[in-house]
Amino acid sequence: MKFEQNYIDIFNQNRALIDQGSAGALNALRDKALDCLERNGLPHKGLEEYLHTDVAHWFEPDWGMNLSRLDMHVDLAQAFRCNVPNLSTLLYFLANDEFALSDTAAKASLPDGVFVGSLRRAAKELPAIVESHYGTLADMDRPGIAAVNTMFAQDGLMIYVPDGVILDKPLQLVTLLHSPVDMMVNRRILIVLGRGAQLRLLLCDHALTANNFLTTQIVEAFAGAGSSLELYDLEETHNANLRVSEFYINQEADSNVEADFVTLHNGQTRNSVFSTFVGRGSNLSLNGIATIDREQHVDNMTFVDHRVSDCTSNELFKYVLDDNASGAFAGKVLVRHGAQHTESQQTNRNICLTRQARMFTQPQLEIYADDVKCSHGATVGQLDEKAMFYMRQRGIPEKEARMMLMQAFVGEVIGHIALEPLRDRLNRLVEKRFRGELSQCEGCRACRE
Amino acid sequence: MMLKIENLHAGIDGKEILKGINLEVNAGEVHAIMGPNGSGKSTMSNVLVGHPSYQVTEGKVTFNGKDLLAMSAEERSHQGLFMSFQYPVEIPGVSMTNFIRTAINEKRKALGQQPLAPTEFLKLIKEKRDLVKLDAKFMNRSVNEGFSGGEKKRNEIFQMAMLEPSLSILDETDSGLDIDALRIVADGVNRLKSPETSVIVITHYQRLLDYIKPDVVHVLYQGRIIKTAGPELALELEQRGYDWVIKEFEDSGK
Repeated sequence: MKFEQNYIDIFNQNRALIDQGSAGALNALRDKALDCLERNGLPHKGLEEYLHTDVAHWFEPDWGMNLSRLDMHVDLAQAFRCNVPNLSTLLYFLANDEFALSDTAAKASLPDGVFVGSLRRAAKELPAIVESHYGTLADMDRPGIAAVNTMFAQDGLMIYVPDGVILDKPLQLVTLLHSPVDMMVNRRILIVLGRGAQLRLLLCDHALTANNFLTTQIVEAFAGAGSSLELYDLEETHNANLRVSEFYINQEADSNVEADFVTLHNGQTRNSVFSTFVGRGSNLSLNGIATIDREQHVDNMTFVDHRVSDCTSNELFKYVLDDNASGAFAGKVLVRHGAQHTESQQTNRNICLTRQARMFTQPQLEIYADDVKCSHGATVGQLDEKAMFYMRQRGIPEKEARMMLMQAFVGEVIGHIALEPLRDRLNRLVEKRFRGELSQCEGCRACRE
Repeated sequence: MMLKIENLHAGIDGKEILKGINLEVNAGEVHAIMGPNGSGKSTMSNVLVGHPSYQVTEGKVTFNGKDLLAMSAEERSHQGLFMSFQYPVEIPGVSMTNFIRTAINEKRKALGQQPLAPTEFLKLIKEKRDLVKLDAKFMNRSVNEGFSGGEKKRNEIFQMAMLEPSLSILDETDSGLDIDALRIVADGVNRLKSPETSVIVITHYQRLLDYIKPDVVHVLYQGRIIKTAGPELALELEQRGYDWVIKEFEDSGK
């Protein structure tokens, strides 16, 4: 079954409407995107990269889209509840895919030349920057959702930090799904950091209403020479949410990027991360946590491309799977010819708490340079029974001992997070999650059993 | 009487290892249980503390008048039973402070007491660390992770001191210890002794008993206690080995 046909038809019938609700560079790429989708289709189980997540099937329902940009009356005040205490951020929103500012962000004065705002507006106000970056990393011919997202995306977030500018305050983008009916949302985030620029960005993904959602999201991040980017992606949605997200990171010389992906609560999630070193002397720290139960599913795919020499990549992904949850991790590291002195480490560790929980892990190293240090490791196991008994002998009840061991397990990943208030917050959230107190997540009313 | 074991039969994976243990320990006493390899010493301590891998097939154990075998491992701990592990377990990611605070407060909760106030807790930690000369830096580390053999055993006695058990089982606490560490550990145990607390020392060798003086010495062989005598028995075993006790037992035709 070719589920893409429905979307091709919707696109052809609504092309004028789509363009009208968007602008410039976003509209300019739609023909090419349509061509790519017609040729390649949606990513399905027959493709190795989508073996464990049949994303094409997610498109089977006739999802409604808000192409005419109707006001969805999203109560933004709701979202203030999911802020991170002790972390003073400039807060922005994407209500579905519609950009909005918080009051504090509206009043804040950003350094000269910095743009943080609607991608649609950026396409009009900063056409040169948007045109030269938008869609240049997201490869629409690779199996994935870049083509369908590019066809329909009308807005999103643009962050531009010019050369040498440091944003002290972390930015926080809260994405809210909110709709009276089932809905598909196509989000787009474009981040451009100039030479030596610095940005910390926290993305918090929430669903406020209990209906079914399908989100496609493309994040393209350009880290200029000597720049520093911390990107934290935290999903706390509900069981009826389908999310397929692709992150593209481009690192020029001597840049430092930390990208962390945390799935605390969800329905079904596929995150793909494509990270490329194009300049020497750069570092990437790529981490992930998934705490899932019931029928939840998380599939993280990472592809780190060492195109040039003297770069370092460190990856650590950990999953805790309960009930009938299923998880997948596929991590590919490509060290190309000439990428000497590459140092790369990839680790994926998983705990299945029940016999029904399933985890698929697939580390892949492809090395074409001879002077490199690369390693990888993957394990799937259970909680340490010896440790459990030791704790019980000391009077710690079994349930509490399990909790502490799970917390310690994912705590290793949290320890890698550079942003301290976020670490504290995550430790607390993960604990609540394991105690079963997060089945109704804090930011959204709508979590379902 | 603190502990009364009557005709205890137990095993693991369907294999019977303890074949009718009888033992009585009064408050304030130190008992040593010695025996050759494979005699069932570790099985006995694991069964007493409720290790889930072992099955009790027959017999009765009362601890301070309560049915010990009916309790979970954590309940036994709350009731005042402690075991110093032969191989203390490393728990990456769980700090010593968090671990011992949780253990103490869970016990207090089970006994209907309020959690220990942070200042009292810190004071108690300092006092008990000093007892076994355990440096403060260990408190921020993960439980037993990266600890040397001696540090692990000192940590066991530190936890014993923190939890103030009425009955402590020291399972091969002397194994892997150099003489200085052995002294520190034994000294810690001795300073925790009182007329209300008892200790069962499980050991292969006499040397720990030079420092922790037993009141009663038992020889365990093939899952049974085949001889019980005063402290002089340990010395005799050290000099003559176990063969003569075993022969005496077999000749008696039991």
